[in-house]
Amino acid sequence: MKAARGVLLGALVGGLAGILAFFGTSLALGLFAGLATEFRLEAAFGFGALFGAAIAKIPPKPRQHPATLILTALIGAALAWLAGERLGQPGGIWLILTGGASGALSAYALRDLPGEPGGRETYETLGLKGLRAVGFLFFVFVVVFPFWAMLVASLKPRAEFLADPANLSLPTHLFESGLGAGLAKVLEGYRAVLVDYNFLRYIANTAYVSITTMVLTLFLSVLGAYAVARLEFRGRGLMERAVLLTYMFPAIVLAIPLYVVFTQLGMRNTLSGLIIVYLAQTLPVALYMLRSYFETIPQSLEEAGLIDGCSRLEVIWRITLPLSLPALASVGLYVFMIAWNEFLFAFMFLDTPEIFTLSRGMVALNNQEVPYQYLMAGAVIVTVPVMLLFFWFERYLIGGLTAGGVKG
Amino acid sequence: MRRSLKAREARLAFYLLLPTVTIVLLIVIFPVVANFWIAFKDIRLGDLRAPKAVVRERILKTPTAPGEQLVITYRVENRSKNPIVSTTIRDSVPAGLAALTLPPECTLAAGRLTCRLAGPEPRQRVTLTVTFLAEKAYFDAGRPSPRANRPLVETRAKNPLLAKPWTAGNLIRVFQDPDFWPMLWVTLAYTVFGTTLSILLGLFAAQLLVVRFRGRNLFRGLFLFPYVAPVIAVAFVWVFLLDPFSGTVNALLQKYGVASQPIPFLSQRTWEISAFGASVRIPLALTAVILFEGWRYFPFAFLFILARMQAMPAVLFEAARVDGAGPWQTFRHVTLPQLLGILGTLFLLRFIWTFNKFDDIFLLTGGAAGTETITIKVYDYAFARADLGLGAALAVVLFFILAFFLSLYFRFAPKGEV
Repeated sequence: MKAARGVLLGALVGGLAGILAFFGTSLALGLFAGLATEFRLEAAFGFGALFGAAIAKIPPKPRQHPATLILTALIGAALAWLAGERLGQPGGIWLILTGGASGALSAYALRDLPGEPGGRETYETLGLKGLRAVGFLFFVFVVVFPFWAMLVASLKPRAEFLADPANLSLPTHLFESGLGAGLAKVLEGYRAVLVDYNFLRYIANTAYVSITTMVLTLFLSVLGAYAVARLEFRGRGLMERAVLLTYMFPAIVLAIPLYVVFTQLGMRNTLSGLIIVYLAQTLPVALYMLRSYFETIPQSLEEAGLIDGCSRLEVIWRITLPLSLPALASVGLYVFMIAWNEFLFAFMFLDTPEIFTLSRGMVALNNQEVPYQYLMAGAVIVTVPVMLLFFWFERYLIGGLTAGGVKG
Repeated sequence: MRRSLKAREARLAFYLLLPTVTIVLLIVIFPVVANFWIAFKDIRLGDLRAPKAVVRERILKTPTAPGEQLVITYRVENRSKNPIVSTTIRDSVPAGLAALTLPPECTLAAGRLTCRLAGPEPRQRVTLTVTFLAEKAYFDAGRPSPRANRPLVETRAKNPLLAKPWTAGNLIRVFQDPDFWPMLWVTLAYTVFGTTLSILLGLFAAQLLVVRFRGRNLFRGLFLFPYVAPVIAVAFVWVFLLDPFSGTVNALLQKYGVASQPIPFLSQRTWEISAFGASVRIPLALTAVILFEGWRYFPFAFLFILARMQAMPAVLFEAARVDGAGPWQTFRHVTLPQLLGILGTLFLLRFIWTFNKFDDIFLLTGGAAGTETITIKVYDYAFARADLGLGAALAVVLFFILAFFLSLYFRFAPKGEV
C-alpha cells in the first residue's frame, strides 16, 4: 500500500516536472533558438509520470549525492531519445536536453523528502520545490525575454521580424553571404541610429550631463552630509526631515513651474538648466545616504586629526573621504544612473536636436517613419552603458540601492 | 571658549549646507509655491512670451521738390492677448526734414524722433502720423529715405504671470471635468494594484534567492535588470512586444492557444474574458500598465526583502525545524512576522512613488484607453491643451492627496526604516 502510494506520488510529481521541463524547453527553444517546437501536454505529462514512477522505487536517502541528479538526467535523456518524435520537440540534441531536464527536475523534486511518504510535510515540501522551479523559470523568463527581444529586434530587418514575431533567434543566416556583408546587414540599425539620427551626439550630451551631475552632487553632498553628521547646529532635525520630504515630491508638480520659470529666464532649452534640475533631484538622497555612512566612521579618527591641527575641511579631505570610498562609489553610481535614465525633464526642456540627451532622442525616434529596428537599436544603446556599469559595480550599487532606497 | 567653538561649528555647518539648501529651495520648494501661484491664474502656454509691440513704418507721401511734404506713419500693433504698458519708438530723421505736425506722443530733437505711447491694448493697433516739410538741404543730401534705418522699438509690459488677476476658475474647472472622478479611480487602482503586485513579486523572488547556491549573485543581478534599465528603453520594448499585430507576446499567446485572436493590450479599454459560460469584462490597458508596474518595480521590493531576510537570525529557523514546523508554517510564523515592518514601509514608499509616477504610463499608452492617471492629466492640461493654470490647479489637488499619504507615512513608518 505504502509502496503503491509512493509510486503514484512519484508519477504525479514526475508528470508535473515533465510538463514544466517540456514547456520550458519548448518555449525557450522556439523563442530564443527559432526551432520548430510544439508543446504536447499529454506527451510531456506521460513521459514525466513514467519516469517519476520508475525512480520513486529508489528509496529516498537523506543528502543524496549530486551524481544521482546527473544519473537521472542521463536516464531521462536516454528515454526521451528513445521516445523520439512523439514528444513534440525537435530531434537530436534538443530532445535529449529536454528529457534530461525533465529527469533532473523529477529527481530534484523527489529527493530528500522529509516526513512520512504522503504526509502533510511531504506535500508541502513538494509544493515548495514546485514553486521554486516555477518561480525561477518565471522570473528568469520575464527578465530575460524583453531585453533579449530588444537585442534581436535591433539586429533584424523589419520584414524578417514580422515574418515570425514568435521567433527571437539571432539572425545567423544573414552571415551566409560572408562576414562583412552579414555584419553590415545586422548592424544597419546601429549605423543608422548613431550616424543618421545623431545618437553619437546624444551619447556625448547624456554623458556630459550625467557626469557633471554626478561630480557636482558628490562634491556638494559630501560637504552637506558631513555638516549634518558631525556638526552641531540648530535645525538639524528639521533639515533631515526636509531632505526626506523633498525626496517624495512628485516631479510633475515641479514640472509646470520649472517649465515656466526656466522659459522666462531663458534656461529651459539648455543642458545647464537640466543639470540644475538633476542636482536638486539627487542631492537630498545623496546627502541622506552619505550622512548615514559618515555616522558609521568612528569619530575618534577625526578628533585625532583635529587635535593634530587639521581644520575641519582638511579632516574631511584627509580622513573622512578616504574612509568613505565605497559609499562615494555607491552614491556616484546611483546619481549617474538617475541622470542617465531621466526622462520627464529632458523631454519637456529640450527642443533643439543638437542638445538632446538619449531619452529625448529616443522620443524623437519614436515615430511612424522610423523602423522599429532602429528604435530598438536606440534602446540597446541607451541601456548598454547602464548595464555595463551595473555589472562592474554591482556590489557598490546594491549597497547604494538599499542604503538610500533609490527613488524610481 | 566652549561657546565660541560651538558658534564656529554652526557657522561652518551653515556654509557647508548652503549650496545644497539653496539648490533644493530654488528647484524643489520654490516651484511648489510657484505652482500654487500659477494654479490661481489663467495662464496659457502662450503667455510665457512677453508681449512685444510690432512697428511698421510706411511713407505715405514723398516730396519731389523743396517745400513739399513728407508723411510717415508708424503702425504700432500688439498682437498678443496681454496688455502692454508702454511702447517707445526711436527713429532717426534725415537732415533737412522739419516737423510740420507731430502727434502729441512724439518729440523731435537733433534729428531723432522719439514717440512714447501707452499701450497698445491687446489685439489693438495705433497709428502715428508725422508730417515733415522737406527743405532744400534734404535734396542736397540726395533725398535719403527715412526708412533706410529701422526704428528701434522698446516695449514695457508686465509679466502676465504677475499681472493676471487671481481666479479660482482653474480649480473649479478641474472638479467640473467629467473625467475627474474616473481619473481618480484609475490612479488609485493603478497605485494600489501596481504596488501590491510589485511587492508580492519581490517577496516571491526574495524567497528564491535567500537560499545559498552557486550563481546566486548572478541571479540577483539579473533580477534587478528591469529596475535599473532606462524607462525609455523598457517601455518602448514592451510597447513593441505587446503590439497586437507584430508583437511577440500576441504571437506566443496564439501559438500556445491561450488567445484565439490578437489582444490589443495597450490600446483597448476593456476586454471580455469568457470561461465556463460566464464572461467578465476587465480593464485591459489598465491591467497591462499595472503588470508593467509590477514587472519594473519588483526588484526594488526584492532587494529590501532579501536584505532583511539575510539579517534574520538562523536560530529561529533552527528552532522551528526542531519543533517540527513544515515549510509553510515556518514561512507563516517565523519569516513573515519579521518581514512585516519592511513590507509596511515598502508598501507606503512604493505607494507614494507609484502615485507620483508619470513616465511609465505616458510612454506605454500616453494615458489612452482608460489609463489616464492624475499625473498624465496634469501634463495633458498644461502642455497638450496649453493651459498651464489648469494643469497647475490639478497638480495642487495631487499635492494635497499626496500630503495626506505622506502624513500617514511619517506616522506609521517604523523609525529607522524610512
